[in-house]
Amino acid sequence: MMLRFFVWRLASAVPVVAIIAVIAFGLLHLTPGDPARIVLGENATAENLAAVRTAMGLDLPLPVQFGHWLWGILHGDLGVSMISRAPVSRLIGQRIGPTVALALCAMTVTIAVALPLGVLAAWKRGALVDRAVLALSVLGFSVPVFVLGYVLIGTFAVDLRWFAAQGYRSPADGLVPFLRHMTLPAITLASTYVALIARMTRASMVEVLDEDYIRTARAKGLAEPRVLFRHALRNAAVPIITVVGSGFAMMVSGVVITESVFNIPGIGRLVVDSVLSRDYALIQALILLTGVLYVVINLLIDLAYALTDPRIRYQ
Amino acid sequence: MFELHRRRLLALTAGLATATFGFAAVPEASAAEKTLTAVMSGNLKALDPSISTAQITRTHGFMVYDTLLGMDAQYRPQPQMADVTVSDDRLTYHFKLRDGLKWHDGTPVGAEDCIASLKRWSRYDAAASRLFEQVASLEATSPTSFDIKLSAPFGQILALLAKPSPIPPFMMPKRLAETPKGQQLPEQIGSGPFKFVAAEFRPGDKVVYVRNTDYVPRKEPASWTAGGKVVNVDKVVWQSMPDMQTTMNALQNGDVDFVEQVPLDLLPVIEAMPDVAVGKVRPLGMQVVARMNHTLPPFDNLDVRRAAMLVLDQEELMQAAIGDPKYYHLCTSIYGCTVPLASDAGKDWLFGAGRKEKARALLKASGYDGTPVVILQQTELDAFKPQPLLAAQRMREIGFNVEVQSMDWQTHLQRQYSRAPVAEGGWNMIFSAWGITGIWDPLASTVIDASASNQAWSGWPKDPELEKLRKAFSVETDPATQKTIAEKVQARVLEQVNYVPLGEYDILAAWNKRVANLPEGPLTLFWGATKKD
Repeated sequence: MMLRFFVWRLASAVPVVAIIAVIAFGLLHLTPGDPARIVLGENATAENLAAVRTAMGLDLPLPVQFGHWLWGILHGDLGVSMISRAPVSRLIGQRIGPTVALALCAMTVTIAVALPLGVLAAWKRGALVDRAVLALSVLGFSVPVFVLGYVLIGTFAVDLRWFAAQGYRSPADGLVPFLRHMTLPAITLASTYVALIARMTRASMVEVLDEDYIRTARAKGLAEPRVLFRHALRNAAVPIITVVGSGFAMMVSGVVITESVFNIPGIGRLVVDSVLSRDYALIQALILLTGVLYVVINLLIDLAYALTDPRIRYQ
Repeated sequence: MFELHRRRLLALTAGLATATFGFAAVPEASAAEKTLTAVMSGNLKALDPSISTAQITRTHGFMVYDTLLGMDAQYRPQPQMADVTVSDDRLTYHFKLRDGLKWHDGTPVGAEDCIASLKRWSRYDAAASRLFEQVASLEATSPTSFDIKLSAPFGQILALLAKPSPIPPFMMPKRLAETPKGQQLPEQIGSGPFKFVAAEFRPGDKVVYVRNTDYVPRKEPASWTAGGKVVNVDKVVWQSMPDMQTTMNALQNGDVDFVEQVPLDLLPVIEAMPDVAVGKVRPLGMQVVARMNHTLPPFDNLDVRRAAMLVLDQEELMQAAIGDPKYYHLCTSIYGCTVPLASDAGKDWLFGAGRKEKARALLKASGYDGTPVVILQQTELDAFKPQPLLAAQRMREIGFNVEVQSMDWQTHLQRQYSRAPVAEGGWNMIFSAWGITGIWDPLASTVIDASASNQAWSGWPKDPELEKLRKAFSVETDPATQKTIAEKVQARVLEQVNYVPLGEYDILAAWNKRVANLPEGPLTLFWGATKKD
């Protein structure tokens, strides 16, 4: 049953991803720019440009180019970069690790900070702490990521030298170097999501805390933390999980500013570079990857509902 | 129906994390290894320096590949991979390869490899193709020597073989040199002082070179691309950094050793860093140019072109783009302000009083009918971003009808190569910048190519007289006569408004003071550089 559910959900996403790919392919080829010029430099002669464009297959009709690309995809071949001639799968493989690591760390920070803050604000509704959490949320939404990034770098990397100012170290290099490079970007990226999820948690908890079964739990004499985290938060979790899940997908597909400020060689920068270079093969693959990522994350969100609410079952 | 167990979820998560982090692992550098980390002014994406005019690809080329001849700081061709002897009639050039030269794959460098490399070069470099029009034969005389025989003397042959720009004649194994036209080299195998590490190449992130331990430098001291290329570090890493503020933080923290080009507005910040030095490792800067489209009205009319040129003021334009006069230079020379061929020929077209009145009179006499002039403005590169706006203003003041169209650099490049009418995506005037190394003589300079052919740069001027002068320069063997011809070329370029030189700006680098002996050159070079622990 589980397998059938997985396969059905994944199969239902294929037309969506295909439509995205067709639209993206069309738009890219209508945008001014030429990968042959990136290869040959801005002072290339028209004769050399024509030769390279022919070798790249760019003078073929668009439907033929799309057909070639689609044929490759159906055979599991994402193609090679038009600019560097490296296999697209290798280029994406080089970059996915840092981005996923950053997103996971940022989400860890987000959950560790936002959930307790949201619960606290709901529990002390209307009190000073509630207003403070709301004010913090507004601040989190308002301060641009790059501003926060530079402030953190200036203070904690350049002045205090506690953390690295830029770059990425894999966990395989050791936990300390990894955290030294990842802490500031994770906090920076998390800032917006902390604000979002803290507010979502608060709203959801406020609703649940007025329910009869919470009153009953308190009447039974349960300790307040148990009431809040065991009974209330679990029942308030479904919308929070939705936001956390889609937030993670957004983090992976939209980290370009954080990656640029902290010089993390991730997917976000690869997307920007490939668009600026008009590297069609790479852009197409990245669009596909993003589409599949959203499908998988949504699937995981659905599955996670079952973890928090035993009434939810998939058939 | 199924139930998801927490343990299964945790196991799945752990598996995903392992996969994620596993393939992101980077091998640890050896403790004793000396690595010089540089942030270059562009990202190396395309690797083939035998077809690309991109500066970063050319710099990569000089890391990995070597040339038969090098160019020294006095602009003289010098032996590099080969010694050359010239016959009395200047029709036969005999090249003898140095002993012990090896490709990076371990095979010996042979004459046939060099012949194939020269043929590849002639298919992509405009000046080389002119040389090859006069090559009668190119034949190996032994496994390590070959002859170039000419049908008529070609005075610039050695200068061309030593030129560092725009496409230098890099040598490579025959099997690579024979890569079909239009295709990039499948491997980076040269015989230069550094080896390219393909396994560690991450386009847009980093490029890694290691010292070529088989490389035997020449005995002479290094001078630009000539002389002994002695490498003093084990590894050079080009680290990409998308953000200049991040780069400056990394330089200050010692994460990077060298930044190839620093923005002038950040200079006060950089100069205040105690461990950082600022200077020029590339003494030749960039020339800003204005080009009119000679194929479309109104600039198909010489008087209209002259009127537009006369209202362009170098001082005003460089002040707007660069700011501090310490970092820009005004001059008439179309070859660069400080090169041997620099001259003042045609100075009155660019400097002097009363030019605006003369421009107004010329425009009136030209019969200009108010045809709109479309000037393209790219909005990404500061060095030539403000010029279109200022030029438009000055041109309007004398009666031009001007429209400035702003766009990103890629769109600008796309547009500037269009020969279509303005209404169909064409243009009338553009601004750009050329490295002095690519324009320092009449043959090397593609900007002034007046053949209107597909080998010419955007704007497509057609001037048979200028082409005749360029040809005369190419074949002339006497340096004094070459200089005279170059002056005539310059006078002709300005008189016909082939293009308008608008001054030169410096390229400043910054480096950590633990790095020393960075060599000067026509482009950034890494041999000779030392780094303290």
